[in-house]
Amino acid sequence: MLQRTLMAVSIALACGVTVDRAAAATAYVSNEKSNTITVVDLDKMEPVATVAVGERPRGITLSHDKKLLYICTSDDDHIEVLDLETLQVVRTLPSGPDPELFVLSRDGGTLYIANEDNNFVTVLDLAQGVVSTEIPVGVEPEGMAISPDNKILINTSETTNMAHFINTETLEIFDNVLVDQRPRYAEFTPDGKQVWVSSEIGGTVSVIDVTTRKILKKIGFEIQGIRADTIQPVGVRITPDGKTAFVALGPANRVAVVDVDSAEVQDYLLVGQRVWQLDFTPDAKFLVSTNGNSNDISVIDVAERKVVKSIPVGELPWGVAIR
Amino acid sequence: MLILAPDGSEVVAAEGDALHVPIVYLGESIPEPPPLSLVEPIAPDKGIAGAKLAIGDNNTTGQFLKQNFELIEKVVPAGGDLKGTAAELSGAGQKLIVADLTAPRLTEFADLPEMKDAVILNIRAEDDPLRATDCRANVFHVIPSRAMKADALGQFLISKKWMRWVLIYGVNDADKAFADAIRRSAKRYRAEIVEERGYEFKAGSRRTDTGEQQVREQMTQLTQRLPDYDVLIVADESEVFGEYLPYRTWDPRPVVGTSGLVPTAWHRSQEQWGGTQLQRRFTRAFNRWMLERDYAAWEAVRTIGEAVTRTSSGDASTLRNYIVSDSFELAAFKGKPLTYRKWDQQLRQPILLATPLMLVSVSPQEGFLHERTPLDSLGHDEPDSACRLNQ
Repeated sequence: MLQRTLMAVSIALACGVTVDRAAAATAYVSNEKSNTITVVDLDKMEPVATVAVGERPRGITLSHDKKLLYICTSDDDHIEVLDLETLQVVRTLPSGPDPELFVLSRDGGTLYIANEDNNFVTVLDLAQGVVSTEIPVGVEPEGMAISPDNKILINTSETTNMAHFINTETLEIFDNVLVDQRPRYAEFTPDGKQVWVSSEIGGTVSVIDVTTRKILKKIGFEIQGIRADTIQPVGVRITPDGKTAFVALGPANRVAVVDVDSAEVQDYLLVGQRVWQLDFTPDAKFLVSTNGNSNDISVIDVAERKVVKSIPVGELPWGVAIR
Repeated sequence: MLILAPDGSEVVAAEGDALHVPIVYLGESIPEPPPLSLVEPIAPDKGIAGAKLAIGDNNTTGQFLKQNFELIEKVVPAGGDLKGTAAELSGAGQKLIVADLTAPRLTEFADLPEMKDAVILNIRAEDDPLRATDCRANVFHVIPSRAMKADALGQFLISKKWMRWVLIYGVNDADKAFADAIRRSAKRYRAEIVEERGYEFKAGSRRTDTGEQQVREQMTQLTQRLPDYDVLIVADESEVFGEYLPYRTWDPRPVVGTSGLVPTAWHRSQEQWGGTQLQRRFTRAFNRWMLERDYAAWEAVRTIGEAVTRTSSGDASTLRNYIVSDSFELAAFKGKPLTYRKWDQQLRQPILLATPLMLVSVSPQEGFLHERTPLDSLGHDEPDSACRLNQ
């Protein structure tokens, strides 16, 4: 009896805390197979709308005013712009073939798009809605990141196995760093001093010093009972205070928690199957992972380092953006 | 040359001459029968097309490192002079060879003194003896062996609990070799081959005005009065009758092997793990889908590319040492890093199981474990092989 009461209290507490902390945050999840965006109310912890979009939506990102969602609809070879008030696609932008991931410039005026199919990064002028230039990069460009000062654009190329450092002024590559097999994602530390690059097949995250372009450390992952070759790092997010990194480990079904200063792994959190991408709530209290094979997202309490909820979304959820 | 970094500093680009890396694609013009089905493309550039695609990939990467790759295509006439070719290649310092050769010609070429310190990548000969008894330090096997393929299929059948097999094989040496590999797998996985039948079929022309009825009756006869069985395995590598078996058997049973559900290194329906990109790049460049030998050639040229990228060298022995080292890894759209087995220099890789239009499964199957990597559950493992290279 006492036990049951305690359990009830702890459930009530957990729910109460959850509701309080995630107040008003909304997650947008792209479903690669369903061709939809699921809108998830992180207050109620449930999906509230499903929006049909173009073919094979993958990378998504919010406009800086958080009114629009940019969507890489890969098989339609363009970018769709979703108005988040009306949930209507209000604009279609050219992107070059097979856009997979992109990053918005700090002034919100330019989208830098990785075209997986043709070894280019496409630079899209959002005001004009036209491609202003294409930057030749390695084979199968994928990960995209922009430095906090907007001066350096990073692109990773999956078959060339490099992080390309691009000068956003000249739009030319000024340096390349070889990393492990199949680099998928790049993320700057908030101070802009490091860029973290995940290698899916190599199973590592390379921590690169931005000034010297040397690899400071390669972070490996070991999980008891999980075969090394199923540990495949993809999405990387670093907390706004720059202290903790979260790394999605793909078919290992875990998100690794890494201390940024020491680059040491501190914990592994069990999430859904084949975890792809991650995003924080605006207050950074929660992290959401998209779990491709279990058709759900996991909500992680950042401070507690605990998965607090799984929420069903569409088929093969891929990208996530939260406002 | 200096390139401006955004902080105003200047980055020194790689100085000096570019590293030039010639890779030879060595083939022999032996006529191959066209696919039995009219739907399958006839691909006279089978193999070389994959090598060309990979050279492009290597050069895209190479431009950032001042490395330049060149593909040199050499085709000797059927039964032509391999010794002369070896001397010519060796004289030109061309020691990185992608070999589109049959097993006897491959060993003949590899044993020539001119090729002693070469790196020869076999993309065609699936023969098990090349991995089990007759290995060579200068030969790497990119194409999976027949034993790997038979085990990939066998694991799938076991996982389906289809334990009673009928084996039908053609008259060619390759058919018999694949039948041997199936027998080996049956033994490994304790499946029962309840009956075997050899079959000789005169293929004739590919296109005829009539004949479907005749073929149906022949196949029905071929599979009549068999003991109770779960699955029919056909070993017809030269593809003269296997494609006629599905739906024409006496008993309603699935057909697997060289037709029906087929174990293969690559298939056009493979779009997982980024495979879409490779398929699209290939189709755009060559106006047909990528075949297994194209994929093997792509892997071979990328193996060299990866080794050159990481060692900054074009020297055959430096590359050889790197390829067999623990540092070597190749990403090849199979969801795992691919490496070479040290004892026989066979490329470890997952094997796809596919029907003509669809990927069905990927082996190794769940539960087939191995102390080193589940990939070593496929084909000749170290204890089953007499080869002890790199020790």
